[in-house]
Amino acid sequence: MIKRDLVIVGGGPAGMAAAVSAYENGVKDILLIERDQYLGGILNQCIHTGFGINYFKEILTGPEYADRFIKKIKDIQDIEVSLKSLVVKLTNDKTVTFLKPGRLETVKAKAVIMATGCREKTREMIHIQGTRPAGIFSAGLAQKLINIEGLLPGKEVVIIGSGDIGLIMARRFALEGAKVKAIIEIQKETRGLLRNVVQCVEDFDIPFYFNHKISRIYGKDRVEKVSVMKVDDNFNEIPGSLFEIKCDTILISVGLISENELIEMAGVKIEENKTSVPGIFVCGNSFKIYDMVDSVTEDSILTGKLAAEYIMSCK
Amino acid sequence: MKLYDVIIIGAGVIGTSIARELSRYKLDIALLEKEEELAFGVSKSNSGIIHPGTQNPPCSLKGKLCAQGNFLIRKISKELGVDFKEVGELIVAFNEAEIKELLRLKKEAEILGVYGLKIVDRAWLKENEPNLNNAAVCGLYAPTAGIISPYRFVYDLAENAIRNGVEIHTETKVINIIRVDGYFEIVTSKELFKTKYLINAAGLFADEISKMVGIDDFKIKPRKGEEFILDKKKENLTNHLIFPLPSKISKGVLIIKTADGNPMIGPTAEDIEDKEDLSTSDSGFSKVLLSARRLIPSINDKDIIAYFAGLRPVAGDDFIIRHEGKAHGFINVAGIQSPGLTASPAIALLVADILKNNGLALKKKLIFHAHRKKTAHIFASPFSKTKKLIKKDASYGDIVCRCEMVSAKEIKDAIKRGAKTMDGVKFRTRAQSGRCHGSFCATRIMKIMAEETRMPLTGITKRGRGSEIVKRDRATM
Repeated sequence: MIKRDLVIVGGGPAGMAAAVSAYENGVKDILLIERDQYLGGILNQCIHTGFGINYFKEILTGPEYADRFIKKIKDIQDIEVSLKSLVVKLTNDKTVTFLKPGRLETVKAKAVIMATGCREKTREMIHIQGTRPAGIFSAGLAQKLINIEGLLPGKEVVIIGSGDIGLIMARRFALEGAKVKAIIEIQKETRGLLRNVVQCVEDFDIPFYFNHKISRIYGKDRVEKVSVMKVDDNFNEIPGSLFEIKCDTILISVGLISENELIEMAGVKIEENKTSVPGIFVCGNSFKIYDMVDSVTEDSILTGKLAAEYIMSCK
Repeated sequence: MKLYDVIIIGAGVIGTSIARELSRYKLDIALLEKEEELAFGVSKSNSGIIHPGTQNPPCSLKGKLCAQGNFLIRKISKELGVDFKEVGELIVAFNEAEIKELLRLKKEAEILGVYGLKIVDRAWLKENEPNLNNAAVCGLYAPTAGIISPYRFVYDLAENAIRNGVEIHTETKVINIIRVDGYFEIVTSKELFKTKYLINAAGLFADEISKMVGIDDFKIKPRKGEEFILDKKKENLTNHLIFPLPSKISKGVLIIKTADGNPMIGPTAEDIEDKEDLSTSDSGFSKVLLSARRLIPSINDKDIIAYFAGLRPVAGDDFIIRHEGKAHGFINVAGIQSPGLTASPAIALLVADILKNNGLALKKKLIFHAHRKKTAHIFASPFSKTKKLIKKDASYGDIVCRCEMVSAKEIKDAIKRGAKTMDGVKFRTRAQSGRCHGSFCATRIMKIMAEETRMPLTGITKRGRGSEIVKRDRATM
């Protein structure tokens, strides 16, 4: 079994910042494990601007923000990066098992930082009635299809929920020539940032329905339409408010959840950036959902430092 | 035009079981399926339970074929390399009156030859099923109940049938059947087929097929069942399949262990009209959650990661399996709802018998390939086996679906073995069926499919024509 001082799981903004911070605080033996073929995580598909305002005092795109850290990591010889590597098991003795093409590896670490990010809530989690045809996407998947793969998921779009990714995707679809027919938000106001409401929705005249919810999805093979109802403050239907919107695509943008399954399965509890097991840390969106990547970076720099202190105290 | 000995309509678990059984004999056989892939009808929503034979009257076809099937499926699953896990089931009683009912079920099942049944008390339940509701007073324990992956079972049956000479035609919808000189001419959406014997295993549409040959004495009524799948991390929620006492129309809402690890709760039972209505509802969800919590109170709705609806093809109280004297050579295998999956091997034997009794010579082939090589799944392999697999092929270590741990190699294999759609890949491998619902892996799977099949990305569908995933490719604009 290979031994390492620090293993960091996740090469997105959180993992990268934690790696750099741990190195700067004295850790010289770091393995950064990333499941994708690049570092950068979700930033790679966020080609819009607005990143780095707090941390770099500059306005950057997602890939630009990621590049700043990727360059730093590449310059530090003591950080080894393992790409296309999926961690399948974490145990509370700080052993990490991962798979990559051609290998299954087990690493015993003095400290582990979990920076596994988050995933989007699904249609299933908010219980929308109706059928399950093609044409229902999480906003993030739609973003990946358009920005990374160059594929347009659909032409007439209804967006459920007004999280930031949903708002940004409203603009992205509009720019691609698709018709964004509505954004449906069950709350009284948006959950997204004000700048996204203005720049992504209002500037494109996209109809915004607050206090509304989707009551049913229709369509056998492909999405055909949705029915929408107005709700009161307790989310109960206002009688007579039901109407239908024809569409071929539905985006779900109803929030994010931390990806903590590995920690949970190891029987480890999260306590702030630390956990119930000394030497296992968690940072970034896998610790809690942040609005801005800048905050993820700050959080992860702190966690990298905590991990370094822990490793030093072991010696 | 080729004259087949036997044509089977419908490639669900019944059609493929019959095809595989008949492929032992020197016969020309074709299996026709209207969907793009096999198991896309009734079978895709099957819960995967291999029933012991405790819940149907001993005099019914359902009862007899279920008990036989439970026995037969063990050998078949071994031959095909499909995992059959004998997890056992518990039917739970909550009061004195229900205990009487349990005793009745036990007696009936024993008439059918179901062995190992015992009534277990509260202490047993507490020890062996700790999450069960404390209010349960006792249970009927049936150790021979098991679980299997229903779609992988169908795909493996089909693969083995093909190896033994059966032809399978997908996207081939039967439009009309004409009787000419003792043969059947089958008009389909693709080509014309001609056969001596015709087997109707058309599931929800069996009544419509039967009507085409003039047999119009039964109707298939769809009975909808909504099921809810829990996160794999709840795999050990229960140790057994947990049943309440059955009602008149269904076995009730169950706690189901599945071959893939994710527990499932459901199904509902609602008689509907539309044979294509697979929508789910808020009321179904609350009903299932309420009933499931009566058995296991700790079930959290936040752990539900997926749900779907299936339709049971109901034709009265029992299966209809018979040769139709009015149309010699035509065999109806209709109304096969629960316990159809369990009964499928026994149904196949019964159909072979019916064919023989009606003039078809069943001569064994010199060589019948009974076995197929087991498909490897990383999610079901311990690390030691995973290591060996990766050594054999590096792409077993290239994980595409991270929620369910499915490798690029498994996805390529699934495509090589016949997956043509995203759902086909999902059913064979589990990729996209976990907690993120394919948000992270759908693009990668699409690219692998495009590469393996040389299909354009815009041609890739969820489950056949009309369900294309994306609308346009920038590169081809």
